[in-house]
Amino acid sequence: MQRFLHQFCITLAFLIPSSVYAAWELNMPRGVTDTSNTVYDLHMLILWICIAIGVVVFGVMFWSIIYHRKSQGAKAAQFHESTTVEVIWTVIPFLILIGMAVPSTTVLIDMYDSSESDIDIQVTGYQWKWQYKYLNEDIDFFSTMTTPKAEIANEQEKNLNYLLEVDNELVVPINKKVRFLFTANDVIHAWWVPELAVKKDAIPGFINESWTRINEVGTYRGQCAELCGKDHGFMPIVVKAVTQADYDIWVSEQKATAQAVAAAANQEWSIEDLVAKGETVYQKNCAGCHMVDGSGLPPAFPALNGNDVVLGDIEKHMDIMVNGVPGSAMAAYGKQLSAVELAAVITYKRNTWDNKTGEVISPADVKAYMSK
Amino acid sequence: MSEQTLTLDDHDHHEHGPAKGFLRWVFTTNHKDIGTMYLIFSLVMFLIGGMMAFVIRAELFQPGMQLVDPGFFNQMTTMHGLIMVFGAVMPGFVGLANWQIPLMVGAPDMALPRMNNWSFWILPFAFTMLLSTLFMEGGAPGFGWTFYAPLSTTYAPPSVTFFIFAIHMMGISSIMGAMNIIVTLFNMRAPGMGLMQMPMFAWSWLITAFLLVAVMPVLAAVVTMMLMDIHFATSFFSAAGGGDPVLFQHIFWFFGHPEVYIMILPAFGVVSEIIPTFSRKKLFGYHSMVYALIAIALLSFVVWAHHMFTVGMPIGGQLFFMYATMLIAVPTGVKVFNWVATMFKGSLTFETPMLFAIAFVVLFTVGGFSGIMLAIAPVDFQYQDTYFVVAHFHYVLVPGAVFGIVAGVYYWLPKWTGKMYDESLGKMHFWLSFVGLNLTFFPMHFVGLAGMPRRIPDYALQFADFNMMASMGAFLFGTSQLVFVYLVIKTVRSGKEAAQVPWESAEGLEWTLPTPLPYHTFTTPPVIEHK
Repeated sequence: MQRFLHQFCITLAFLIPSSVYAAWELNMPRGVTDTSNTVYDLHMLILWICIAIGVVVFGVMFWSIIYHRKSQGAKAAQFHESTTVEVIWTVIPFLILIGMAVPSTTVLIDMYDSSESDIDIQVTGYQWKWQYKYLNEDIDFFSTMTTPKAEIANEQEKNLNYLLEVDNELVVPINKKVRFLFTANDVIHAWWVPELAVKKDAIPGFINESWTRINEVGTYRGQCAELCGKDHGFMPIVVKAVTQADYDIWVSEQKATAQAVAAAANQEWSIEDLVAKGETVYQKNCAGCHMVDGSGLPPAFPALNGNDVVLGDIEKHMDIMVNGVPGSAMAAYGKQLSAVELAAVITYKRNTWDNKTGEVISPADVKAYMSK
Repeated sequence: MSEQTLTLDDHDHHEHGPAKGFLRWVFTTNHKDIGTMYLIFSLVMFLIGGMMAFVIRAELFQPGMQLVDPGFFNQMTTMHGLIMVFGAVMPGFVGLANWQIPLMVGAPDMALPRMNNWSFWILPFAFTMLLSTLFMEGGAPGFGWTFYAPLSTTYAPPSVTFFIFAIHMMGISSIMGAMNIIVTLFNMRAPGMGLMQMPMFAWSWLITAFLLVAVMPVLAAVVTMMLMDIHFATSFFSAAGGGDPVLFQHIFWFFGHPEVYIMILPAFGVVSEIIPTFSRKKLFGYHSMVYALIAIALLSFVVWAHHMFTVGMPIGGQLFFMYATMLIAVPTGVKVFNWVATMFKGSLTFETPMLFAIAFVVLFTVGGFSGIMLAIAPVDFQYQDTYFVVAHFHYVLVPGAVFGIVAGVYYWLPKWTGKMYDESLGKMHFWLSFVGLNLTFFPMHFVGLAGMPRRIPDYALQFADFNMMASMGAFLFGTSQLVFVYLVIKTVRSGKEAAQVPWESAEGLEWTLPTPLPYHTFTTPPVIEHK
């Protein structure tokens, strides 16, 4: 037995290192908005009411368990059926519930008032990434998880923001009312950032509203909260709240980048450059389903290595990339990727693994196809 | 209640035992045989669903992907849910009903014995079909046991069609089982037993059966609409064709919320039988317990959208479903207060059925508290689809529904088998399960509040410790169920002979029957005399 215990402790010690970076977080975060603080207070109020009721009810019960046991010589009383008692324990809970309902209603009404916003952002859920479109600024980008596959596969040490890091953060100014318009492109997703106390379903074909006003500069992380398929656990949300001045700088940078991207489409690209860029685009957007080596996960996600479309007609290949395959998980990338990225990833797929067509598809080809 | 006396037909010449061999079980119309088959089926499904939970908890033991890929992980959570709900809990309670309802109301058998046979024998085929999807190309359904469209329609694997037909078969089985119970309870009660003299277990099943008959067709409708969307180009749940994905959720939860009570009301009934026996005291308020059951059942039809607080309902809808849901706490409170009042000033002993019943009351109430918290719509935004919800429904389903079934089995096993189970093994099973389940599900409250979404195969580092704890608890809880399997086998094979009334002060018609129980009972109805 002792030997077993010894073994057990060693095994335990071996397993514990994970706790080095893990806090024993017990409760809901207070958050950084007025709403999230109100929600936290309401949560604690209801929790304490429940605990108080629990203490009374379980108190009586354990009193009986300890003092009314047969082994202690307890004789059973024979009382039963009392209308007075029944009425009391029906009315008291009812009154407590009214006490809970009043503050809850007030908070909910406030949360539903998304009028008079300063900034409107359309949030679109995709399998498995988010798109943010600033409606008054002409800024539009995708936000994808950046945690390396090696960390997920336990080949590399996990960083502190493991699974909660993205390439393009959602940047918003503090002390401004930000209105979100949620929708989705494929299945239902849910956008959730605990520190903002905002959670809303993103539903394909419909638009939902919510809003936030962040009080403190900082980075706030969340995740998709509605099962949306294979990589549901890998589409985090990162909100970066900055001062108005920093926000203005960020907006002008975004606009400059957009112009550079548009300009890049008019340049001449060599096959090497396209394949190199295509590989990055592929890793980020395609490898999740079609796998890094192009072997896919048939039947839902076909193999691209040796694929008829990839080796065949370019028009057909571009059609699938730009418009997707309706009724399947293949999304329309025409809106998600720039002309350069589309050209690069198509060229990459036709010139990697066992696919050696030697064909170059330039950004101009893609633009020509898309304007048809 | 009334004073009961019993007239047994003691010169029963045409008494015959069961047929021999395997065909006995195929052709049987005997409620005891069918009850046994339901219970064994439920146990087998409980173990299969449990193995899937093992896979889930093993993958979640540490951050990172270790054992399975995310797609298979989703298939495991989906199948675990479906099998536990439709394969373990529901058939478990139908098994208890088959055994006990005729014995408790003094009927010779169920009213529709051939239909009873059929409603059982559909199940093995339905679940074989459901489990076979695991081996199909594209894998089993991975869209969660709630199968929200369009993930379960446009984006589903090809095996979804088999899933739909399996659900149809389970639904047919449940509806037939429920009708049988209603007909039996309305027509075959012993002379003199009015509705308000029925045992609490019979009452709880009468209400449950009505819920089943009301909502299983709704489930059938929603899966049929899915089938049409997938194969016949309709657009019930696709906005592109003028439909609405949220419509799916409304229909599903109109079935789903009463379904939740289908899984708990019979457990209320079992516990209402056990607590008075081991407290040596009458149930405190029989009438209010019956009215509370009816109130819970009626309210269950008007609260469904509290599962959908984040879908973007208008505020009026949000408030209505919040208030209606909070109201359920009133009749549920009445039930809990009644159990406690029954124990108060009783003369308590703590045999295994009583231990499970007390744990039921305490832990179900904990699940009820988190239920009230979840009902508060503005706060629910923070809880929705997190591990807090997982903790909540496992607290009402494991120490709720599952403990209810197990408590009932321990309570009535001596009557069914004629043998007494090993009390110390039973207590060991209880304590291991009790520790295991709390270790598994209590930490889930914490990770949920701290922000861990449900149905994810891998998680951020701050959730690591509690997840490891939950996994250890799950392994303990799972393996300790083998003690139960061993205990049941041991009881049947080599248990000591049980007394006719193994529990001091147990009341009810079933205890007036001899032990071991004859194959046919109450061939002449007992006469119940009112004082």
